[in-house]
Amino acid sequence: MSELTLVEAINDALHVEFARDPNVLVMGEDVGRVGGVFRATAGLRESFGVDRCVDTPLAEAGILGTAVGLCMAGWRPVCEMQYDAFSYPCLDQLINHVGRYRWRSGGKMEFPLTIRMPYGGGVRAPELHDDSPEAYYVHTPGVKVAIPATPADAKGLLAAAIRDPDPVVVLEPKLHYRTLRGSVPDGEHVVPLGRARVAREGSDVTVVAYGAMVPLAERAAGALGSEASVEVLDLRTLKPLDEDALLASVAKTGRAVVVQEAPRTCGYAAEVAAILAEKAILDLHGPVLRVTGYDVPYPYWKLEDAYMPSVERVVDAVRKLLAF
Amino acid sequence: MTETLPVERDLRRVIGDGDTQPDGEVDGLDDADLVELFRQLVLMRTYDERSLVYHRQGRIGTYAIFWNHEAMQVGVVCALEDDDWIFPSYRESAIGLLRGMPADTILSWWRGHPAGWWNPADYNVASICVPIGTHVPHAVGLAWGKKLRGEPTCAVAFFGDGATSEGSFHEGANFAGVMKAPVILFCNNNQWAISTPLEDQTAAETLADKAIGYGMPAVRLDGADVLAVYEATRDAVAQARAGDGPTFIEAVTYRAAPHATADDPRLYIDPDRVEEERQRECVGRFEGYLRRRELLDDDLAATIRDEAAQVMRDAIAKAEAEPDPDPELLFSAAFADPPRSFDHDLAELRRILAGE
Repeated sequence: MSELTLVEAINDALHVEFARDPNVLVMGEDVGRVGGVFRATAGLRESFGVDRCVDTPLAEAGILGTAVGLCMAGWRPVCEMQYDAFSYPCLDQLINHVGRYRWRSGGKMEFPLTIRMPYGGGVRAPELHDDSPEAYYVHTPGVKVAIPATPADAKGLLAAAIRDPDPVVVLEPKLHYRTLRGSVPDGEHVVPLGRARVAREGSDVTVVAYGAMVPLAERAAGALGSEASVEVLDLRTLKPLDEDALLASVAKTGRAVVVQEAPRTCGYAAEVAAILAEKAILDLHGPVLRVTGYDVPYPYWKLEDAYMPSVERVVDAVRKLLAF
Repeated sequence: MTETLPVERDLRRVIGDGDTQPDGEVDGLDDADLVELFRQLVLMRTYDERSLVYHRQGRIGTYAIFWNHEAMQVGVVCALEDDDWIFPSYRESAIGLLRGMPADTILSWWRGHPAGWWNPADYNVASICVPIGTHVPHAVGLAWGKKLRGEPTCAVAFFGDGATSEGSFHEGANFAGVMKAPVILFCNNNQWAISTPLEDQTAAETLADKAIGYGMPAVRLDGADVLAVYEATRDAVAQARAGDGPTFIEAVTYRAAPHATADDPRLYIDPDRVEEERQRECVGRFEGYLRRRELLDDDLAATIRDEAAQVMRDAIAKAEAEPDPDPELLFSAAFADPPRSFDHDLAELRRILAGE
């Protein structure tokens, strides 16, 4: 075990997977010479050569489009999108091809590519460095989506994504790249896709969260103290979702608050709420509540604390639900 | 450093007109190869003409016609090795025929049937790209990836004049130049993108001019001249294999048929200009070339046409004999390990389809 920050854990995963599989390469903007603007890919070029850590032209659709061709040539590309909102041009390739090509080939051709990107707000950055775009990705058929909340999961989920035979998008909470430190297993470490994690056990209410909202949910649970016994469920993978873990937790607590940083409408929390309505209605003592960003563009940063889900808003939702 | 300026303005031609323009010759093709080229042109032409009939008979769905585009497809594939990859747009839907793909597979694709699925690696022919130009980066990535592996493979992406307005084309072309990818960007400039003429598509004097900005050489040729296509592609392949990177080929022709079966070009195109083009269509021009060289007579031409017609009769019969696809195919091909929710979805669908 090593004590690593979240971004160091990502860097560790890449080094381990590069050494394990010579078909893995990293491509993206500024990933080579400088090792990525967050240093997630630092050292790869020195250890594994320029061909496997490629500084590409500044073109996100071109990055993902050429990655499709690289897959056809037997590579397992890991594409870095420099920021969440900079990934939108790559949706062209993602929707038209990445999510469809296996199906289009009758399941005969694999596209084992990984797209990783920092996501989320709270970092006092300029516009379009703060988005939570997970719903676009989750909504795309043929694509899996993982979002780690801890350094150990950042390593393990990225390793799982790289080894997966299908395209996986990994969204990394940039707020916690350097502010969250934790124990990370040395060497090969894989966290299977599709398995949630109980981050904190409780019996009165389940707070469902992922990524940067998990530590927030844990803080809210702590703030509630003896007022409520809060279980925090870290989904870890949005697609495929660990429905068993979700339903088991809610069967135990009978109450659910879902927290997401993204705008509310058609966000992932709505999907969680719908699943609970379909499959857990008799377990529920009250409505499923959502704590989300608002249906507005992500604000300039003097306003971002008002936009972001806060400990206070999660606490408020839990209290409302307990009083229902 | 490869010379990229200036782009040529004249169109390269090999086949003469049997009158004032003399026939040329190309290296690398013997008499048997030339007859084989004709056989392939006829197969493609027959596929296209029969498909239009099948569409009118309701036996295939909407179909993108490639009449008078056959020379581009046949000429390119003839210049490739079997290990080289082809990235077709829908205008090249039947190009797999030139790599041994059964015609019924392609007819099934146009029938919307999963029997039209193929594994691209079986033929080194990528799936048909429906969105415009988005496969250009795929071809570049494949070529770049093969080069990184030290393999001598090239790739060709086919796209139309309209695709040169798409971001994907430009991003792909730029990657190709930067990575020195062994790829050929083959632009079928038939001067129409459905109803939009070339002058509304670009202010550039030629499409080949666009290659300059990506540091790659460009060639302009007569897209209805199979030998000119072959020759230019052969040279571009040699350059790519030598490590000198990509080439842009602008094959100029004129769309002498509707964009697709759902299109009515009478609303926008000059019928006299279309008729003029139909008089110089690519299969007939090459047939004239072969007859002038006494490599083809009426008997051989008839035999070749009969064989192609039989291929299509057999293919449509086979495609129509395919049983309806099982709904299981909805779910089985999307992921290597489908999520458990798919099992539930399929079971429920089966129950409802069974009327239970």
